[in-house]
Amino acid sequence: MDAFVLSRIQFAANITFHILFPSITIGLGWLLLYFKFRYQRSEDGKWMELYSLFTKIFALSFSLGVVSGVTMSFQFGTNWPGYMNTVGNIAGPLLAYEVLTAFFLEASMLGVMLFGFRRVKPWVHNLATFLVASGTTLSAFWILALNSWMHTPSGYEMINGVAHATSWWDIVFNASMPYRFVHALIASGLTVAFLGTGLMAYRHLRGNAGPATEAGLRSCLVLAAVLAPMQLVVGDLHGTNTREHQPAKLAAMEALWEGGEGVPLTLFGLPDEEARENHFEIGVPRLGSLIITRDPNGYVQGLDEFEGEHPPVAPVFWAFRIMVGVGTLMILAGLYGAWLVARRRNFPRLFLQLLLGMTFAGWIATVAGWYVTEIGRQPWLVTGVLRAKDAVADVAPENVGLTLIGYLATYAFLLVAYVAAVFYLTRSAKQLDDVNRKPNPL
Amino acid sequence: MNDMMQEGIWLPYTFAFLIGFSMLLYAVLDGYDLGVGLLSRFVQRPDRDRMVGSIGPFWDANETWLVLGVGLLLVAFPAAHGLVLGELYLPVALMLIGLIFRGVSFDFRKKVSPEKQERWDFSFFLGSLVVSLSQGYMVGRFVVGFQPGFVSELYSIFFGFLVVAGYGLMGATWLILKTEGELQRFAVRWARRAIWAMVAGAVLSSVTAPFVNTRIYDRMFSFPEASLLIAMPLVSMLLTVIMHFLLGALPMPGDRLAAMPFAISVSIFVLGFVGLVYSFHPYIVPGRLLIVEAAAAPESLMVILFGTLVVFPFLIGYTIFAYRVFRGKATDLSYD
Repeated sequence: MDAFVLSRIQFAANITFHILFPSITIGLGWLLLYFKFRYQRSEDGKWMELYSLFTKIFALSFSLGVVSGVTMSFQFGTNWPGYMNTVGNIAGPLLAYEVLTAFFLEASMLGVMLFGFRRVKPWVHNLATFLVASGTTLSAFWILALNSWMHTPSGYEMINGVAHATSWWDIVFNASMPYRFVHALIASGLTVAFLGTGLMAYRHLRGNAGPATEAGLRSCLVLAAVLAPMQLVVGDLHGTNTREHQPAKLAAMEALWEGGEGVPLTLFGLPDEEARENHFEIGVPRLGSLIITRDPNGYVQGLDEFEGEHPPVAPVFWAFRIMVGVGTLMILAGLYGAWLVARRRNFPRLFLQLLLGMTFAGWIATVAGWYVTEIGRQPWLVTGVLRAKDAVADVAPENVGLTLIGYLATYAFLLVAYVAAVFYLTRSAKQLDDVNRKPNPL
Repeated sequence: MNDMMQEGIWLPYTFAFLIGFSMLLYAVLDGYDLGVGLLSRFVQRPDRDRMVGSIGPFWDANETWLVLGVGLLLVAFPAAHGLVLGELYLPVALMLIGLIFRGVSFDFRKKVSPEKQERWDFSFFLGSLVVSLSQGYMVGRFVVGFQPGFVSELYSIFFGFLVVAGYGLMGATWLILKTEGELQRFAVRWARRAIWAMVAGAVLSSVTAPFVNTRIYDRMFSFPEASLLIAMPLVSMLLTVIMHFLLGALPMPGDRLAAMPFAISVSIFVLGFVGLVYSFHPYIVPGRLLIVEAAAAPESLMVILFGTLVVFPFLIGYTIFAYRVFRGKATDLSYD
């Protein structure tokens, strides 16, 4: 394999590993704030216990996010120098603003939030928690602005092959940015909701369910029931935005080899890049046009219009189906769970097992969704501006191979250690449901 | 046209200064916490918990200075960033993996079942060692202008050990400030060893530098600049001697002067850093790229500069706030 392919695998591995942890911390920061406010209003110790368990998980996730994020910032230079050389004038300020406004804020306040409990006044601790949560969200804002700009660039001009900014407003709030930002924030909320229900179901199934476990389970189920259907709507709007600005990506998502009016929705099929058709295709007539254009006879562009210029179809097609499949499961589980909560029914064992199985469902949907959008942008690194193959560094392939093995081994090991530690923390949180324990003064 | 020329000069220099400032702050701040990581091997729990406790609330923000420094290099001098990181491809990867293990061990060491804790403690130490060695090695490669060859490699590896000694000194003096009792006496002893190891290394590397890099040679033996370059090692030597006697007298009753060793080691770091930067000027990559020729477009740099100037006071403000919250002697950290 050449350095280009290896560099791409390395970057994909890196960003896949990295995104797992921000997708938890962005949502979890706000959930922690919620637990804290519930405690301060009710003085019921169970909320504090939930706060203290999930704070540990937050700290662990945060440190994994930081170290894998540091790795990312170096990869631009080590493997993709052409990226900064071409669009550095756009990407640079956005990345710099992320570091300046978000990284330092969250890194400095995190210490106060984690260990400053007894050292500062309660309102200062609340403020620190709020600033950490804001920092993670702000960080997502800048990085998604840049990512969206790479999909739908605007507000720039090319001078001698280098992008120069003409309007920062148009750069930050480019066509796909609002959709992608909201979609990603809700995804983080869902990831956290199912992490919470999964871990609380785990305690339930182990027989140590008490008031805190119940409260945690109920809160997270309600959160899931609210966010999952919302995500369906936002995702659909995001798809419409993609049709408008990146039709080739949308055609790949649907494996639509030939465009036209009244296209079907492909439920199943095996895309064949060579033959440029799907095998064993099962589709619903006209539904594709209806969803994409809101009109059963609407015209949808197919891959035939982008031959040689469209992304690889099968990975985009499958990743999209995985994301939608997991999302559908989330909607069903969330609504059923919320119904149980509303009716004050007990949770059936089978449902708890399902929730346990879905502990990291948010990760699967998030990663699948990112694969759809990032692979779907290929062969471009920045749509219409820079191709991925023109950005890669002239590094010896064996060096890239060596570092790739190093990173993959590190990530695999840490992922196992992380999941093990999260379950260990959950099951060994002895005080979680001890009603006799005096809650922390806060 | 004249204005453009002006902007084309002061902007790149402003950014070179900001990058240098971030890197220096990084070396000092992450230097002390990496140093504590290196020293953590010499004691057992619970002393080790107190050592980790002394850096727990700070390490993350400290490391962010590296992200800022490298980030500013990336955005302000993309050509230099690509060149440097391309040359240093493998040591950068090694450092990153070290940073990963060092960083996550902070959290894992207290969040896993007891029988696994010792392993995370070891990974904390090993990560700190790998980071220190590879950072020193990279500075060494930078000094020799990325020349290939046995002598240059040897020089760079030597620089790796020099940085280990330097970070060890920072860590030990930080612990003198942040601990008490037996651990503090240990820290004094570590500091006494580290400072002489570092001075010996610094002298050796300075004396040999002109021979591995002829540009530095020319710099060193051209007057009147040379007089400045001689003054700096003299001041450093003076500080070292003061430090030596000070460490002999510590700890003092009432914990007097406990902050002095840290202040002195910071001063030595600053002097060494200024000396290094001075020997490179006006290059951003020694012998390859000038500061003025490597810079990005002025309009983008202005946007970043604006943001930096607005954010910096806040950044300094809440950094001071965080250090104030955790002032005084360190304890084993707990979440409640």
